[in-house]
Amino acid sequence: MSTDDRGTHDHDHDHDHPGTTPDVNETGYYELMAEAMKELLIEKGVVSADDVRRNLEFLDSRDPVDGGRVIARAWTDPEFKKRLLEDGTAAVEEMGLTMGDAELVVVENTDDVHNMIVCTLCSCYPRTLLGLPPDWYKSKSYRSRAVIEPRAVLKEFGTEIPDDMTVRVHDSNADMRYLVLPQQPEGTEGWPVEKLAEIVSRDAMVGVVVPEAG
Amino acid sequence: MPMFSVGDRVRIKNSHPPGHRRTPFYVRGKTGVIERYCGDFRNPEELAYGFDGTPKRELYRVRLAQTDLWDDYEGPADDTLDLEIFDHWLEKAEG
Repeated sequence: MSTDDRGTHDHDHDHDHPGTTPDVNETGYYELMAEAMKELLIEKGVVSADDVRRNLEFLDSRDPVDGGRVIARAWTDPEFKKRLLEDGTAAVEEMGLTMGDAELVVVENTDDVHNMIVCTLCSCYPRTLLGLPPDWYKSKSYRSRAVIEPRAVLKEFGTEIPDDMTVRVHDSNADMRYLVLPQQPEGTEGWPVEKLAEIVSRDAMVGVVVPEAG
Repeated sequence: MPMFSVGDRVRIKNSHPPGHRRTPFYVRGKTGVIERYCGDFRNPEELAYGFDGTPKRELYRVRLAQTDLWDDYEGPADDTLDLEIFDHWLEKAEG
């Protein structure tokens, strides 16, 4: 950015901007690039600072509880489960949940198939249903090993899949986001949907563990 | 009418153009089967450079056998890797 086209922003940066997080560590290259991009988009009127803030606030307010509600409903409502597997985006909208710009594919665990989600290119994740992804999901180690040796990775999460079952890894590399529909644990038949939702963990919906009763 | 149907055998092109590409290196040149058609989407490889991403590209989920991806894959032959590939990266494969 040259000093000539700085517009309203032609002051030096030895002060804090109100409403932004003070830098604790030295700012890295990509953080600086993201910040510069954000400032340009705001200066050019593409988005407002409040749009950015509101979106961050929305994403920060999401957590895996919503995903758990979706799974519990699928366990207790066979018609909903059918719609969820056919068109995940439309089915979660019925529950007042949005996928934002992406679309949802729900993959079902069965007696024969175990599903597991990864994004090898970055960290695509169904954020509107599960909140922000955990650090391990974004790590280079998970992103590369989940496609090369998924069974070894699962074992490290304490999940041993027998050899007579298929492990199906889904690389979330473009416009779809993925949610694993785990099998309902034995001993939870007849539980109310709210109680079922509580035993569906984030990691079960990414497919690195399977849910257990209580 | 989508170009490919569920069950078609397809080869992911072994091409190495520069720039922002959504086809991971580890599947380039590999053969799999169309699992589903996802719809058409603005091309992220164009969007990344400020173009409008049109014409839209058809997006498919392709299922590959893990043992076809990795010579030393340790696991049953049925294990798969599914991922999303845009039509311009796909060509029909024999068999």
